[in-house]
Amino acid sequence: MNAEPRRRPRLAVWKFASCDGCQLTLLDCEDELLGLAEQVEIAHFLEASSASAPGPYDLSLVEGSVTTAQDVERVHHIRAVSRRLVTIGACATAGGVQALRNYADVAEFQAAVYARPDYVATLATSTPISAHVPVDFELRGCPVDRRQLLEVITAHLAGRRPAVPAHSVCFECKQRGTVCVTVAHGTPCLGPVTHAGCGAVCPTFGRGCYGCFGPSDSTNFPAFVPLLRRDGMDTLDVVRVLRTFNTAAPEFDAASRKELER
Amino acid sequence: MTHRGSRVLHVGSLSRVEGEGSLHLRIRGEEVAEARLAIFEPPRFFEAFLRGRSYTEPPDITSRICGICPVAYQLSACRAIEDACGVTVDGQLAALRRLMYCGEWIESHTLHVHLLHAPDFHGCANVVELARSRRADVERGLRLKQAGNAIIELLGGRAVHPVNVRLGGFHRVPSRSELRPLEEQLRRAREDAALTVRWVAGFDFPEAGCDHDLLALAEPDRYAVESGTPTVMPAPHTAGLPATSRRALPTRTFGVREFGDHVVERQVPHSTALHARLDGRRHLTGPLARYAISGRLLSPIALQAAQDAGLGDPRQGVVCRNPYRSIVVRAVEVLHAVDEALRLIDAYEPPPRPYVDVPPRAGTGHGATEAPRGLLHHRYTLDAEGTVTDAVLVPPTAQNQDAIEEDLRRTVQEHLRSGEPTDAELTALCERAVRNHDPCISCSTHFLDLTVDRAAHSD
Ligand code: SF4
Ligand code: SF4
Repeated sequence: MNAEPRRRPRLAVWKFASCDGCQLTLLDCEDELLGLAEQVEIAHFLEASSASAPGPYDLSLVEGSVTTAQDVERVHHIRAVSRRLVTIGACATAGGVQALRNYADVAEFQAAVYARPDYVATLATSTPISAHVPVDFELRGCPVDRRQLLEVITAHLAGRRPAVPAHSVCFECKQRGTVCVTVAHGTPCLGPVTHAGCGAVCPTFGRGCYGCFGPSDSTNFPAFVPLLRRDGMDTLDVVRVLRTFNTAAPEFDAASRKELER
Repeated sequence: MTHRGSRVLHVGSLSRVEGEGSLHLRIRGEEVAEARLAIFEPPRFFEAFLRGRSYTEPPDITSRICGICPVAYQLSACRAIEDACGVTVDGQLAALRRLMYCGEWIESHTLHVHLLHAPDFHGCANVVELARSRRADVERGLRLKQAGNAIIELLGGRAVHPVNVRLGGFHRVPSRSELRPLEEQLRRAREDAALTVRWVAGFDFPEAGCDHDLLALAEPDRYAVESGTPTVMPAPHTAGLPATSRRALPTRTFGVREFGDHVVERQVPHSTALHARLDGRRHLTGPLARYAISGRLLSPIALQAAQDAGLGDPRQGVVCRNPYRSIVVRAVEVLHAVDEALRLIDAYEPPPRPYVDVPPRAGTGHGATEAPRGLLHHRYTLDAEGTVTDAVLVPPTAQNQDAIEEDLRRTVQEHLRSGEPTDAELTALCERAVRNHDPCISCSTHFLDLTVDRAAHSD
């Protein structure tokens, strides 16, 4: 679909408020890194390179959430110079853990951390990239999964839709042959409402899923929350687990508000 | 931007560091009037929103402060909360924690050595460019990094934000046979790590020294990683020695619970982050500090490699104060961590339970560990139900910031005296000086947004 088919696609990696874990996941692709770098031109990736070339870019990977006025300007600029824009991780896709400020009085937060909060310029909210500009694809996870990240990059380079399943973590437990921690041990687990992608890591380690990949495509909280209660969680426990790494995801947000209304 | 006699240099975005920061330099004549490492990582308010969370949550939540050293956050949080609850984790559970931390040292240090720092010494913009001339060295680095990640994945489930750590230990502990496949990979990694020390030892190092106080955890019988007592080695100038002095000075210690009495953070006007000072003085944590304070306790092969690499023998009281050589110390620590991991795997017996119970109680607890970049301290106050009522996190970069700025000032000052460096040269020089310390700017638990001193442009 391009006029010069032999030109290497240009990749850019951008960061907003985040922990760098999702970009690091790209550098953690040790076996694929050098090969990938031959196929694409890494035009902008501050963490990995001191050389930065101006846009336009064929694919922009965006990590982190929007938390400052400058961020808002920057995200519009990035959209303007990117043919495709893909968000990587819970911060960019659902505001990240820093979106916990959305429920609080940010002035009070600032005063708790800083002696002179007036020096700090920040927005009252942490919002996902899609709240500001159109996004071509959102990859979930805190952090994103390495295999899924590679799939997303190669799919976009090949001009096809990434094969990233939208079902829940439960499917991955079944695929992996992991015994259900809820059924077997009565461990509260967010697997039924959480987006697949991690390979059901937590249940495999005997731990309930805590929802770090955000909501799956079909969630049924009215049926699900009573299960958490049966396994010992009270209202505040339910609210807290929904309000952690994907707190600004609409499904988790709505379900946590509903809990507090009870 | 250059004026006769006076100029301002502003590097808007530092590259090849973790997180986002910038540099600000103001020069009057031949004097550096101001050198500032500015951190414009937006505040994420961890300390504020930890209040009201359950005491079981900080290990998972604070790991999201930094994707490059999540284990450091998880284990500092565990130690602090266990301290508040009066619980000690020891034996094989402590050994597994140490093993996991070794994985993080290997992974994080190797990332810095090969992908972020080595390109400086070869005049390359990034590791991809470096791989064109030094393919074997880069591939060796990637393999080594993979070995570190393999440890974290095996014990923690995944390399970034592992899920298996909990208060009191782990959700699940491995059997002996599950650890076995790591051994082969680590034996290869030990060779790779030894070769890496030799490789970086051959780099061209500018003559430099630093006279910061050094702060690291220390233990009586081993190189401190996941526990220890804060130990200070004073700066050479306190003994009338030059900054380049390679002599060890007598150390002093204080308890982890007194950390906040000694390391005090203050907010600096017009600057960007809380600056921490140690008893009112500039200090440095991280590899140079650890090597100075505990170098003699490195594993024999790491100690030998350090001497062969020209770092001197710490058993004879030699320390390394050249920040550029921190890359060599990091490589030595990788070798030590690989060796230590092999030792821990060899001595491993699965504990009877994957964790000890940590019942909540009201109180304040402290935890400090050696993150790859330096000492990381956590303090939590809990109520009787185990709800966090207060949290203070002091990351290494907040502590190192004054020291980094002093290195910047000194470096630029020396270059001004010895010639007329261009802005581009100064920029490259400053970025290198910053990268020597591998600052982890994402650790922005309470870093500020930068306000650039625009008025300076009109001088
Ligand atoms: S989504 Fe999680 S891992 Fe990714 S940048 Fe945000 S906090 Fe880090
Ligand atoms: S099981 Fe759930 S919490 Fe655990 S890694 Fe997967 S999505 Fe995240």
